[in-house]
Amino acid sequence: MRYIEPHGHMVSRTTDDYRAMAMAGCQAVCEPAFWAGFDRSSAQGFYDYFCQLTQHEPRRASIFGLPHYTWLCINPKESEDLALADEVLAIIPEFMDSPNVLGIGEIGLNKNSRNEMTVLEKHVDLAGSNDQLILVHTPHLEDKRKGTRLILDVLKSDSRIRPERCIIDHVEEHTVGMVLDDGFWAGMTLYPETKCTANRAIDILEVYGNERIWMNSACDWGISVPLAVPQAAQEMKRRGNDAQYIDKVVYQNPIEFMSQSPRFIRPVGL
Amino acid sequence: MADQKNILDLYFLDARARLIDIAAFMDRVDRAGGETDFRYNAYREALKALESGQPDRAEKVLLAFSDPTDEPIPAATTKAACGAWPGADED
Repeated sequence: MRYIEPHGHMVSRTTDDYRAMAMAGCQAVCEPAFWAGFDRSSAQGFYDYFCQLTQHEPRRASIFGLPHYTWLCINPKESEDLALADEVLAIIPEFMDSPNVLGIGEIGLNKNSRNEMTVLEKHVDLAGSNDQLILVHTPHLEDKRKGTRLILDVLKSDSRIRPERCIIDHVEEHTVGMVLDDGFWAGMTLYPETKCTANRAIDILEVYGNERIWMNSACDWGISVPLAVPQAAQEMKRRGNDAQYIDKVVYQNPIEFMSQSPRFIRPVGL
Repeated sequence: MADQKNILDLYFLDARARLIDIAAFMDRVDRAGGETDFRYNAYREALKALESGQPDRAEKVLLAFSDPTDEPIPAATTKAACGAWPGADED
């Protein structure tokens, strides 16, 4: 089996995780910028993080034969401080031409506050001004429905943003319909408790089809499973899906979306 | 697509175990006593979706826990979500 991990926070993972992913058939890993689990104290902290994402982590992944791609932003969890957000937004362009940067992400909302909305709009403007792909984080749990609706409205209100160049991540049964209906891509995150289980993700594929949709582990410093995608592929096989169907969801679809960036190199796909 | 027997063969025991876990969780909360909590109220409300007879139970359960409002809140006072909407006064 071959697959792409389209959303993994590998800076939080061990080399054993890289090895296990490579052995499970992973062909490339993509890492959106995210919250460290604590608030960074200055824009310099983000500068160092962007260096890690564009320089150090690709080297670490390459040891295991994995191409590493990334997305840049200040995460919505740190968007309440508008002055800090402006400072971070100002340094992102310096990194946007790095060879492994696919776009702006994971931007979005966390608690659906006014300041988060302001920073989201600034990120969307940055992406629109620089013709960048967008990867969107949607809020957690009780905040997801409302936040997803607000995010889609922001994206649709900017005429430079084309839905087919945006992936709206962490969809669940109550948000996937609105995302796909508006022409966006949808990402399903396979978490043990707080997002989608493998079986629910497979259910969503059965109901909504397998176009413009992918699965990811979003593995990070919290409770998460770096091999969630190949495990879900195994469950798809158990449910009777054929190899071609599975390959489209876990391999071809991520390639189709990310190939919209000229920096994404189609893997050999052994 | 698999028929109902296939699906039950694959998932019945797992779903049965989860259902018993839900029952045991509710017994545990009731045994504990104390003040009513908005999360448990939302939980009991969400359970009603299971009896709807419609093929969108998962969506209905998620909506039962969701913030139903549409306007941004003035400011985020926490980073965390708790799993159920506490109501407008608590935002």
